Amino acid sequence: MKVFQRSLKYATIVLLMLTGSVVCASSGDEQHKSVGNPIDTKEEINAYIKHHLQDSHDFTFYTNGETGTHYGFPLPVILWDGGIKAFMSSKFHHGETVAESGGSYYKLYHGKVYKTDAAGTITLDDHHHPTNEKPLDFSITKSVVGMLFAGVLMLLLFSALARGYKKGPIPSGFARVLEPLVIYVRDEIAKPNIGEQKYRKYMGFLLTVFFFIWILNLLGLTPLGFNVTGNIAVTVCLALFTFFIVQFSGNKDYWKHIFWMPGVPIPMKIILMPIEVLGILTKPFSLLIRLFANITAGHFVVMSLIGLMILLKAQFGPVGSTGISLILTLFISVIEILVAFLQAFIFTMLSSLFIGMAVAEHDHH
Amino acid sequence: MDQLLNDFSPGLFFMQAIILLILILLMRKFAWKPILNSLQDREEGIQGALDAAEEAKKEMQNLKSDNERILNEARAERDGMLKEARQLKDNMIADAKSEAQAEADKIVAQAQATIASEKKAAIAELKNQVAGLSVEIAEKVVRNELANKDKQLELVESMLGEVTLN
Repeated sequence: MKVFQRSLKYATIVLLMLTGSVVCASSGDEQHKSVGNPIDTKEEINAYIKHHLQDSHDFTFYTNGETGTHYGFPLPVILWDGGIKAFMSSKFHHGETVAESGGSYYKLYHGKVYKTDAAGTITLDDHHHPTNEKPLDFSITKSVVGMLFAGVLMLLLFSALARGYKKGPIPSGFARVLEPLVIYVRDEIAKPNIGEQKYRKYMGFLLTVFFFIWILNLLGLTPLGFNVTGNIAVTVCLALFTFFIVQFSGNKDYWKHIFWMPGVPIPMKIILMPIEVLGILTKPFSLLIRLFANITAGHFVVMSLIGLMILLKAQFGPVGSTGISLILTLFISVIEILVAFLQAFIFTMLSSLFIGMAVAEHDHH
Repeated sequence: MDQLLNDFSPGLFFMQAIILLILILLMRKFAWKPILNSLQDREEGIQGALDAAEEAKKEMQNLKSDNERILNEARAERDGMLKEARQLKDNMIADAKSEAQAEADKIVAQAQATIASEKKAAIAELKNQVAGLSVEIAEKVVRNELANKDKQLELVESMLGEVTLN
């Protein structure tokens, strides 16, 4: 009975991962067919995808375009605007109304909170960017919810694994799946790149980042509509962690190789210095752009392929266009599952590579 | 780029930094440290067990070769003893043989000497007897022949001719 329950649990997880796109496709299908004012033009689909890729202040599962009702739940908004202002995002009514808190007025415009007057006027500049003042936004947005979810999930899963070792040296149940992953990160990522002696210090960061990115990538493939690792602020933060860890663990050799490259003539040393200094910055920059671009592109492609269903309806009929879109989306989603792992792997791999470069002992030339 | 900068949310960045930092600290304390320690303990345990097995195997090998050596030594010793015994036996036999031979030779020589002396004695006795006999014969003949002088002479002559002394 226990075994059955357990396998059922796994089957649900796997099913959730695999059918993410399908559920997404079918819910999109319903959404677009059942409403009177469906999203059916290229521009509307594009705007919809853009909206999805952005963070949002509420958790919406489904929007009825005809009645304009949103199904979901609001999230807390926390603003720093000369003092903490906190209220629920339901006050915004999805950007339709002005929210008042502590005598100030705020309005949502394209997913961002702007300070406005009581009427909610948003003034735009030539590039269609609002010129209104932006308060610092520490809201529990959808991405923050995703991160907290991933964090809690990791804490639960891995502390369970840690507790399992108290009972015996061999873990049981789901922990048996997690253990090889931890060993994989340790033996295939950290040890070969950082070195047998020094890897232990960085395992906390590497393991956390690996599972954090992986879980959030996978979460992005579910129909819940998270796009956390495809958010530039998140990847900047992740890359900055790597950046600081690398700089703070850099030994004498590391800095010497940057500012006064040994083994080359003096003019070369002078030429190499700015290149190497730039290299300090480009390394984490490549990290943040790679993760951001891959995940954003993945979401964009999956959603565009779902959008095909609507655009091709005229040529292939509802059944044909749905079939084409379903097959293509399923195909890309399977690739995205691979990409989800791959990006987590690459981020961790390159982080440990950079750390390894910083702590490497050079036997001198 | 402009779009990216516009999309960048400092608030989210801040939240992410805080969450990630707390998560790293929590995970380190409650998950990674105990997990990695247990893994290392387990691996060291396995390595230790393997090493011990290897050690035991080596010891066994040593013991086996020791046994082999002792056995070989014992065998060699036995062979040596056997050889020695055989030699001893051979020597004893040879000694006995030569001793017996010498004894036999001595006995034979003694016997021969005895025989020779007996023979000598016998010959001497025979000679004595012959001499006696001769004297008796001579007495008889002399008694008989003294009657007839011619016949006496004739007889002496014939008898003397017959008796050839050896």
